[in-house]
Amino acid sequence: MGIIKAKNLIYNYIKRDEEEKVEEVSEAVRDVSLDIEEGQFVAVLGHNGSGKSTLAKHMNALLLPSEGTIWIGGKDTKDDDALWEIRQTAGMVFQNPDNQIIASVVEEDVGFGPENMGVPTDEIWQRVDECLKAVGMTAYRKSSPNRLSGGQKQRVAIAGVMAMEPKCIVLDEPTAMLDPNGRKEVIRTVRELNQKKGITVILITHYMEEVIHADRIYVMDEGEIAMEGTPQEIFSRVEKLKSLRLDVPQVTELAYELRKKGLSLSPCILDIETFVAELTDIWKKRTGSSTAKAAAAGPASAE
Amino acid sequence: MMRDITLGQYYPVESPVHKLDPRTKLFGTLVLIIALFLADNLFCYVLAAAFLFGVIAVSRVPVGHIVKGLKPIIFLLLFSVVFNLFLTSGEVLVKFWIFTITKEGLIRSGMMAVRLIFLVMGTSLLTFTTTPNQLTDGLEKSLRFLRIFRVPVHEIAMMMSIALRFIPILVEETDKIMKAQMARGADFETGGIIKKAKAMIPLLVPLFISAFRRASDLAMAMEARCYHGGDGRTKMKPLRYQTADRIAYLILLAFPAGMVALRLAA
Repeated sequence: MGIIKAKNLIYNYIKRDEEEKVEEVSEAVRDVSLDIEEGQFVAVLGHNGSGKSTLAKHMNALLLPSEGTIWIGGKDTKDDDALWEIRQTAGMVFQNPDNQIIASVVEEDVGFGPENMGVPTDEIWQRVDECLKAVGMTAYRKSSPNRLSGGQKQRVAIAGVMAMEPKCIVLDEPTAMLDPNGRKEVIRTVRELNQKKGITVILITHYMEEVIHADRIYVMDEGEIAMEGTPQEIFSRVEKLKSLRLDVPQVTELAYELRKKGLSLSPCILDIETFVAELTDIWKKRTGSSTAKAAAAGPASAE
Repeated sequence: MMRDITLGQYYPVESPVHKLDPRTKLFGTLVLIIALFLADNLFCYVLAAAFLFGVIAVSRVPVGHIVKGLKPIIFLLLFSVVFNLFLTSGEVLVKFWIFTITKEGLIRSGMMAVRLIFLVMGTSLLTFTTTPNQLTDGLEKSLRFLRIFRVPVHEIAMMMSIALRFIPILVEETDKIMKAQMARGADFETGGIIKKAKAMIPLLVPLFISAFRRASDLAMAMEARCYHGGDGRTKMKPLRYQTADRIAYLILLAFPAGMVALRLAA
């Protein structure tokens, strides 16, 4: 069993009227089953209202399933006694960086989680030092969070979760409120944590560019898992993605259109480098010569 | 401006007083208040002045800066001085129209003024040398005994520190909403007091909604990070008494003792 495993998970949002009578029941998550291996980088994609955030909140026992079961590190989230253990196993980073930083000094905020867990003082300091270094925020440790940029705040929030030494981090649209630079910063940090420290990452997002390096992608729609697979598998099905109101990365779409027009490109191109390399090859074949001039002109015209 | 709000009146210099444990400083302020009310003769006031100005000198906060803090109480000060001056009976010194100034009145109003001034100077020295966060920590630990009476000391302290963190955010947000409403023709500047108060409604409603939303988000983030109240919680920066605190406590015990001695001697 993987670190996070869900079986037939259902969650109903119940809307009640003033007399506490059930007015409307909407299924935010419908019959979701998944199994995430430790150490993986998993992305969950989906349009607004697809139930991806609701699913994320189940991974931290902030919401409990209406039906079905979800196990975090082998523990059932319905088990009250395991609650704090579950929250230590799966840390959570939220969308709004301002609303998840508790202390008025960066280092104290990173220490907040370990303080709650009852970690001895010396070890808290050790963890805070380590985590601030891991996200590259050591220089700002004494600053007020109010003076940081969005990307920096989000990195502090990640450090705060890291300091609890979780096996897995769930990021619920961590980049939705950031500018492009902040987004890159945060995604780079998350990838590093995944690669260097082997932390399982579950990234929930609707930005396609952020998920091309994921090990596995789940695409959600109307509370269900609509697609599942590696980035190659997912992004090669451009039509299906579009029907789920999702876009593919620009370069993938361009390659897809060119392929439809008869260029012999590979079925799924995710980054600009591969695209340029393949185009250059085609260019070389067409001109029939491999002169330096053609090779140089190839990438330039492709870009 | 935002810095000012979060740091309160904190005067950032390095001094032995700044480094003291906030609990020591809280206790010191309490001692000063009690001692000032014990004082009833000139020698007592000389001792109190020596103590207060001694501490101010060690704290490296300029006296002028502290005196500025007296501005808000100037009316209270005048009020109590005038009342004590004219309404105390005793040996008459000056008499004109319906006013009489007595010797006792003069002494009493003088003492009252000095007492008030010292009181405000002493308490503002506490806020000049201690950050609001340290103060909250100190209060939480010193008032822990109130838990016997079911006072949620930890929760109150947590609320205070979260409030401090969110003040600048809400100030910024108010500004944003205000500009948004002004762009749509809201008028916050003209009109009488009632009209101005009414103009605040479109500002306050969205502000409150957003504050509640933030609070709910924050509560969720705190829960996700295993927050479950003060029990079983350790501290990253626990308060520990140092040698300086022990020395300070000795001085703080000697000072009221001296005050009592002077009072008895006179």
